[in-house]
Amino acid sequence: MEIPYTVNARPDSGLFNAKMGVWLFLASEVMLFGALFTTYILLRVGAPEWPHHELNVPLATLNTAVLISSSITMVMAWASLMMKDFKKYKMYMGLTFLAGVGFLIIKGIEYSHHILAGEIPSTNTFYAIYFTMTGLHGVHVIGGMIVNGYFWGPGSKMWKTEPERFTNRIEVAGLYWHFVDLVWIFLFPVFYLL
Amino acid sequence: MENVNAAEFKKHHVRKYILVFVGLMVLTLVTVAVSYLRLGVEAAIIVALIIATVKGSLVASYFMHLISEKKMIYMTLILTVVFFAVLMALPLFHHADPIVIK
Repeated sequence: MEIPYTVNARPDSGLFNAKMGVWLFLASEVMLFGALFTTYILLRVGAPEWPHHELNVPLATLNTAVLISSSITMVMAWASLMMKDFKKYKMYMGLTFLAGVGFLIIKGIEYSHHILAGEIPSTNTFYAIYFTMTGLHGVHVIGGMIVNGYFWGPGSKMWKTEPERFTNRIEVAGLYWHFVDLVWIFLFPVFYLL
Repeated sequence: MENVNAAEFKKHHVRKYILVFVGLMVLTLVTVAVSYLRLGVEAAIIVALIIATVKGSLVASYFMHLISEKKMIYMTLILTVVFFAVLMALPLFHHADPIVIK
């Protein structure tokens, strides 16, 4: 049986199914991270003192730059497919994956510094919510990298047989990846700058 | 996926993506710089959240193509924003009905 609306838009919504699906998923993700941001507000308002600039700002700024760069390479990967340039797609998708690796390495360096200094989730509510939210975000980065890695490698075979469907797949993978970037855009000031 | 002309696509979209990228990088540096100024806590939170919201809007509008999306997605997201706002307002109940431990 053929799966309907993988390429053509449904007449009622004007969308191909995967795009609607990923947006619904992202809506649920907004609520997931939203609940944790609410928790952050409650913990912060209730705390007698809250650390300021205690985390490594230069490293996190670098990580923000890495993640923003990975967003443009992701959108360029999709744009390359729209322009029928598969070689460029491979290059941009590869760069997106590598940026994900870079982000995790930098985050890992930060985590190890904290752990070695005895700053762990049980230290105080600041570190508890910091590790919870950045950890959950890190898991999302890993999830995105698995999908992106698959579409860079074995999954890219589809370009030869169904190029339009493959382009749509990269578009929805991109929507998820940009969302992960968007979450970091809020995590960065909330934990590192304020 | 529409049938697109590569040169037209490049002209219309790729340049826009690069501009958005530059904007995001500049705003990142601005928000870091502002955090080193000795603003009051309230002012610092307001400025940082405004910058983050502008950055987030740029990502959502251009990288996620929300600037020209179908109505169905807007409807879904309006509902999401409403529920998100409720979620963010929950801590206010804490002020309205504080649990005082004596």
